[in-house]
Amino acid sequence: MSSNDGKKRVALALGACAFAGTLLYFVVGGIGNNLVYYWGPTEVLAAGPKAQGASIRLGGLVEAGSIKKGEGSNMSFTVTDGKKSLPVRCTSVPPQMFREGIGVVVEGTVARDGVFESHRLMVSHGNEYRAPNDPAAVNLKKLMESTEGLAPSDKK
Amino acid sequence: MGDVYRIFYIHVPTAWNGLLLLTAAFVCAIMYLVKGDLMWDDRLEASMEAGVVLSALLTIQGSIWARPTWGVWWNWDPRLTTTAILVFAFAGILALRTSLKEPRRRAMVTAVATIVAAADVPLVYFSVRFWNSLHQIQSSPSTVSAAFVWPLRVNAIAVLILMAGLIQLRAETVARLREAGSEPPPLDEPGNGGAAQ
Repeated sequence: MSSNDGKKRVALALGACAFAGTLLYFVVGGIGNNLVYYWGPTEVLAAGPKAQGASIRLGGLVEAGSIKKGEGSNMSFTVTDGKKSLPVRCTSVPPQMFREGIGVVVEGTVARDGVFESHRLMVSHGNEYRAPNDPAAVNLKKLMESTEGLAPSDKK
Repeated sequence: MGDVYRIFYIHVPTAWNGLLLLTAAFVCAIMYLVKGDLMWDDRLEASMEAGVVLSALLTIQGSIWARPTWGVWWNWDPRLTTTAILVFAFAGILALRTSLKEPRRRAMVTAVATIVAAADVPLVYFSVRFWNSLHQIQSSPSTVSAAFVWPLRVNAIAVLILMAGLIQLRAETVARLREAGSEPPPLDEPGNGGAAQ
């Protein structure tokens, strides 16, 4: 093996690394900003009539008290991102974890009446895994606060 | 989440080790190009094979977990998409290797392709932070019950040890195959012992 071969290989290594690095840079920096998996209610509302009929994924939290069951698997609820919220009509059977306050991603489009019509509902869950009797899962401070005023008399 | 969460004891170690092994393949590719020793190509093939098996298992386990929790088997979420690219890119490199017979040329082509494909490894890991996704972000001991942390680590270390052993064995096999001319000896011909007469 001549030293020429060695130089060629090192040059190849550097070239490949530079190529891979550039690729990564473009994906993260360039395409990354335009690559969106879902929109929040704010973005969907900002798009206005352009959102009607377009295939959209809407993500956010299910607003408390907004779930209304209809006939069959029909159901409606409101998705919020904390700033704005959007009503959703959904025809798919929700997964077991579906409940108020949980993250959801729904696929569908905005109907003429401004309601998001969805045929596919997915539940997104957090990265927390707690045992049912885990003391860390219980917010002790909140628990204490919730008992305030329950005792007959704290002050003597 | 109920009992279904328990799949994370194997899903998370599979993910960690899969990404680790493909990173190891990347390191082997660099080492081959710098040192020129075919030993690094043997190690690259062994760790890439193990890495591809683990990442393929990873998507299957993820699917099984996703159906009852998310409600779907698959979705083009950034984490899932980058992982699918990972599996197909590295499986493709393994397929490409079989079509190249000359060891040095095969090692060179593999090394360059591996370095390029390895750009996807950090993308898979950070995809849940770069983009909004259906997949949850990485857990840490602060988001997991203390009782769950050690079983998870034990599993991760067990998978790592198993993979290290398999890779060692496979790298030796690959080296012998290469020295024997990359084809396994035909079964109907007498071996060294039988050719004594």
